[in-house]
Formats: sequence, structure tokens, C-alpha cells
Amino acid sequence: MKAKSLFAHLFALLLLLPFSSGHAAESAKSVGEQLYTQHCAACHGTDGDGGVGIPLALTDFQASVSDNYLAKTIKLGRPGRIMPAFATFTDQEIAAIVKHIRGFSNVAYPKDNRTPIKGNPTLGKKVYEQNCASCHGQNGEGGSGTGVTFSRPRHLPIIAPALNNSGFQAAISDEMIKHTLMKGRKGTPMTSFLKNGLNEKDLDNVVAYIRQFKQQEQTLTAEDLAPTLTYESPYGLQETIDSIKRAVLGKNFRLIRVQTFDDGYVAKDKQQANKSIIYFCNFEFLNRALNIDPRVGMFLPCRITVVESKGKVLVMAINPLRLSRLFNNNELDKACIEMRDLYIEILEEATL
Amino acid sequence: MNRIIKITLLLVLLAMSSFLHAEDLMMLRSTQPFPETMSNLQNIIKQHGYVVSRVQRVDIGLTKMGYKTDKYRVVFFGKHEELQKLTNKYPELTAYLPLKIAIFSENTETLLVTGDPLKFAEMFPDKELQKHFKQWSKDMTAIFHDVRKIDED
Ligand code: HEC
Ligand code: HEC
Repeated sequence: MKAKSLFAHLFALLLLLPFSSGHAAESAKSVGEQLYTQHCAACHGTDGDGGVGIPLALTDFQASVSDNYLAKTIKLGRPGRIMPAFATFTDQEIAAIVKHIRGFSNVAYPKDNRTPIKGNPTLGKKVYEQNCASCHGQNGEGGSGTGVTFSRPRHLPIIAPALNNSGFQAAISDEMIKHTLMKGRKGTPMTSFLKNGLNEKDLDNVVAYIRQFKQQEQTLTAEDLAPTLTYESPYGLQETIDSIKRAVLGKNFRLIRVQTFDDGYVAKDKQQANKSIIYFCNFEFLNRALNIDPRVGMFLPCRITVVESKGKVLVMAINPLRLSRLFNNNELDKACIEMRDLYIEILEEATL
Repeated sequence: MNRIIKITLLLVLLAMSSFLHAEDLMMLRSTQPFPETMSNLQNIIKQHGYVVSRVQRVDIGLTKMGYKTDKYRVVFFGKHEELQKLTNKYPELTAYLPLKIAIFSENTETLLVTGDPLKFAEMFPDKELQKHFKQWSKDMTAIFHDVRKIDED
């Protein structure tokens, strides 16, 4: 390719790219700060105080982890535990973010030390079950909910991370686990276990036990991943709507409203009757879902659409499990399976 | 290599990098309180040519039922003709449309969350739809960008 046409191609490519809030435009901030603001701050807070994610600014946290731990955590994420994997980031970009995070709390921090710690996992299991399982889960699956939340009451101010997580296991070293157990993290529910009466031998054993944790693989079928739950109704449009309303109430939901699909866009007399939405809610379930993941607004409110098209009446809902894929949250997946099954029951009953 | 080509390449790479770093969910933290962010968001959505058809007040329903929650709303928006045309042909899209952004307060700050509309492409592979998903993704990115911009000014 001649230089001129290469230039033309590149230029065309540049124009085609979506408008980006990327690095070039806002160069007053460091690359690390820009990347952090755009990709991390929503969850971890502008200054690392935590939110949907856990805090990153705490002195005890920073003093216990190496740069390599931070970099690996960013690259691998925590599969199924909300924290996304930033697999497409270059090493330079990740290094820039790490540098920015270090600026939150200017404390000395350790070099990466991957020397294994020897311990007895069988003895460690006992220590774990007595001292750790109540927060980190029986199998290290972590606490319920998200990082830190101020918007609703909850069990712990900060979620206990999953210790069986593949991303955690790959990023952390034995030394770092032990250090965390010895010192604890001030300002969080994680306390020093030396002060809590365990000795160093106990801690070595517990480290050995934690290292045996394995994350359970999730297996999903094609059906699990269908975008929508769609049924054909044997009834007419209005009859179908009435039938859905009954089914919804029968499953302990409250009816919020029934509207046409174009409501809010055109005047009432111009709205098309052949597409309707039935909105409903179970507030107990909703409250539980918001505690699991405050981002579930994307599912709200529950709704079923009814469309009369080409002589057929179709009833449809999103497949919550499919949408849940975007959230990287195993606990949310479970709630979504529950919700999907409820949708299916309603849809089947309404079209029986 | 010619200098201009080098600079162009660099610009392309920079632009690509934020394109490549697209995440499944778009999220944004505004340092402004809920009412300001909400009003900015709705104005910006309109500036991008969309109609806000409804704001679902999730927190009001919860509070009425005795649950404690801070402000939590879902903003629905779309373009009427486009919505009608697409859902007439692809009824299943009614389950996911109109577009929406969840907005909720976290202390004195406000969070915005939506799914990247590009993710629809995996769910609805019909060729004809792809350009709409791309456009929505672009617009959603621009809306988030504009909200962040106000925040920084
Ligand atoms: C009262 C609840 C609680 C108990 C009990 C508890 N932890 Fe924690 N643990 C936490 C929380 C919360 C964090 C996250 C702290 C933070 O924000 O940095 C944490 C962090 C950790 C971390 C660091 C994880 C990471 O991703 O950075 C390890 C390792 C850990 N705990 C192990 C243990 C072990 C082993 C025990 C038992 C000896 C234990 N914890 C007991 C709540 C607890
Ligand atoms: C969608 C929310 C979300 C985003 C975005 C996010 N994180 Fe996280 N992050 C989390 C959650 C939640 C955890 C805790 C995981 C657990 O409980 O096991 C976490 C954990 C971490 C940890 C481990 C902390 C510890 O105590 O060991 C680090 C480091 C981290 N994130 C850095 C980042 C960086 C840097 C970015 C941006 C490049 C980022 N995160 C983006 C939610 C997020």
C-alpha cells in the first residue's frame, strides 16, 4: 500500500470510530487518572473509598499488597464477583492505573514475594470454619451483596471478598494473605487475627487451606442464554392482557400499570393498541435484588409485552439470566434464575 | 515512516483504545447530587435527539412498602418512529426497548448504569438491526461522556 492511501485509510478509520472520551481530549489529567475515572471510579469511588467495589485507598490494604497484585487483579478481574477483567488493557495502561491508585494513600508497600507458605490445610480448615466462614462463606465464596453501599441498610459495611475466586487466587501470594491475617485492615470488618488469639502457625494453616479453594464453574445451556422468553397466546389481544394480569397477581406481584408501547411518545388517541406493556413488581423480591446488586435497575420494573402481529398474539419478557451476563455477578445470576422461572410460570399460565 | 502517518497512527490507536475497552455495562459516577445529575441527564438525552418517555420512581414504590432506600429511578427514552418500525418487524425487541438508564444516589454522589446497546447485537443478530445497535451504543457513550463533562467543568 502506498503511503498516501494508507494515510487515507487510517484517516477514514479515525472518522468512523465512535466519539470517545478517551485519552487525547483530556490531557490535563494523567493517563492513570483518566483511565481510573472512566473505568473504576463508578465502583471504587473517585478517591478509592469504595462503592459497588471495595475500598482501594485504605492504608492497611495498600500496605499489604504489591503492584503486581494490583496489576493482576485489574487484568483478570474477579469472575462472577462483579469486578470486571480489563483484559484488553495494555501493561502500560495498567501500570498507569496502579500508579494512580498508589496516590490514594502514600504508604510503603511490599515487593511481590511468591515464596509459598507451608501449613497444614486440614488444621487450617478448622481455623477457617471457626473464624472466617461467617463472613467469607463456607467455601470461600465471599459475602453477599456488593462492596460498600450507603443507599440501603445491610449486614456488613464492606463485603467480604470471595477467597475461592480464580482472579483472587491468581493475583494474591501466600505472603499477602498472611500479612492481611496478621495485620487486618483497619476501617473494615477484617480484623487482625494475631490480636484475635490465633498464632502464626494457625495462620499458616489457614493460608494453606485457602489455597485449596476452587471456584465452581458455571455451565449455561443455549436455552439459558435465549434473549427473550416468548410464548404465543391462544387468545385475542385484550383477553391475553387480562389473563396476564390475573397470572401476575396470582404470583404475588403488584400490578403497576398497563400501557401501550408508544405511551409517552404520542398522544393517547394516536397510540397503537397492538403493542402493550404490563408492568408489575414484587417489592420484597426487588429489595432483595437491589441488595445483591444495586445496578439491577436495568431489569426494572418487571414487565411482559403483548404484541399482536400477523394474526398472532405474542407475549414476551426478557430472559433475566441473559441480561445478567452483563453484570459478572454469580449471586445475581441466582436471583435471575428465580425471576426467570417466575416469568415462565406467569407466561405459561397466561397462555394456557 | 512519514511523520504525519505516525501521528495519525497514534491518534487512531488512542481512539481505538477507548473503543476496545468497551465494557458490558456502561457506568458513571457523577460527583453531583441526584437532582442535578437527573436534570442534566434528561437534558442531555434530549440534546441527542431522544424523547424521555418515562421516569420510573423505583424508590417511591419501595419506600411506600416500608423498605429503606435512597433515590433510585429508571429513565426510559427512545425515538418514536424508530421504535415503531423496529418493533413492528421484530416484536421481541419490545422486551428490551425503549432504551433505559438506571440512576441512583450513593451518598452525595450519583451513579448511572446501562447495558451497552452493542450487547444487543449478540442477542439479535439480524443484519438490519446492527446499525441501530451501533448508533445507540455511540449515542449512549456520548450521553455518558456529556454527563461526565458537566461533572468536570
Ligand atoms: C467480620 C467479617 C470477617 C471475618 C470474620 C474475616 N474477614 Fe477477611 N475480610 C473481610 C472484609 C470485609 C474484607 C475486605 C476488607 C477490605 O475492604 O479491604 C476482608 C478481606 C480479607 C482478605 C483480603 C481479600 C482481598 O481480596 O483483598 C483475606 C485474604 C481475608 N479477608 C481472609 C480472612 C480469613 C482467612 C479470615 C479468618 C481467619 C477472615 N478473613 C475473617 C471480612 C471478614
Ligand atoms: C462494576 C464494578 C467494578 C468496577 C468497574 C471495578 N471494580 Fe474492582 N472490584 C469490584 C468488586 C465488587 C471487588 C471485590 C470482589 C469480591 O468481593 O470478591 C473489586 C476488587 C478490586 C480489587 C481487589 C481489592 C482487594 O481488597 O484486594 C482491586 C485492586 C480492584 N478491584 C481494582 C479495580 C480497578 C483498578 C478498576 C478499574 C480498572 C476496577 N477495580 C473496576 C468492583 C469493580
